[in-house]
Amino acid sequence: MASSEPAGTTPGPRLLDADSAQWIEELTAQGAAREAGLARLHDLLTRAAHREVRRRAPRLGIAGPELEDIAHQAASDAMLAVLAKLDGFRGESRFTTWAYAFVMFEVSAKVGRHFWRHPTVAMDAEDWERLPDRFGLDPAHAVEWGDLVAGVRRAVDEALTPHQRRIFVALVLNHAPLDSVAVELDSNRNAIYKALFDARRKIRAFLVANALMADDTRGADGRHRRR
Amino acid sequence: MDATDGAEGTAALDRFLRTDPADVGCGEAMAVLHVYAELVDRDPALAEAQYAGVATHLAACGPCADDLAGLLAALRD
Repeated sequence: MASSEPAGTTPGPRLLDADSAQWIEELTAQGAAREAGLARLHDLLTRAAHREVRRRAPRLGIAGPELEDIAHQAASDAMLAVLAKLDGFRGESRFTTWAYAFVMFEVSAKVGRHFWRHPTVAMDAEDWERLPDRFGLDPAHAVEWGDLVAGVRRAVDEALTPHQRRIFVALVLNHAPLDSVAVELDSNRNAIYKALFDARRKIRAFLVANALMADDTRGADGRHRRR
Repeated sequence: MDATDGAEGTAALDRFLRTDPADVGCGEAMAVLHVYAELVDRDPALAEAQYAGVATHLAACGPCADDLAGLLAALRD
């Protein structure tokens, strides 16, 4: 995957907007002023975490005290993260936006952890009969896609590393949430995504090499186009 | 996923298997998500142009896209 260095992320001192400057002043103060700032931050993050878990709740199948617990945990850990990284805030966004991002990441992590309390499937179960359904392939049209799906399975067997295979099985066959797989493997979202990214690329290359999928990444000169 | 005919299903599989080298991955997207969210809130086209690799990633990564959706909801609340 490519690396990018978008404009606006170069290191260096920045002018903060008034509200952000006030947040930093309060959180780096001493005594009662800092205590007040911490209380205000906790309130901000707690409200954001509760809003966020309610937004996600319909998809998660979690409600009541469990949902509240996720929100409280996410707010507490987001607060720790914000305070630990306060020196790194350079005003590229408003302070509150920066702080909210930690809430989102913590809610995702807590939801991922929660998945394994009531798992709907074992992470390593390999039921390949599920694969067509994952892509909405109608059994009535199996004659059209049978070779392709068989090719995907061969690609998984022959082209992937054991780690990539495990990630593919967990995420695609078993439909485990990516953050829950990161928790289960004591990894992180980026590493799991990268493993799946590489697996997808390898499977596609295998299918193209075996004439099961068109190679439309090549230009008229036969060279690969950058996508 | 609801069953569909062979062509639509294989197209879905094809889309899933496509990877874009411009995809910056979760780590880099998460590092700038706060900046990206404010830009999306002001000017989505500019955000996509200025952070093309992040936009590419968000189109492919459900968890990061969900974090962005939550962040935008928080900004607009």
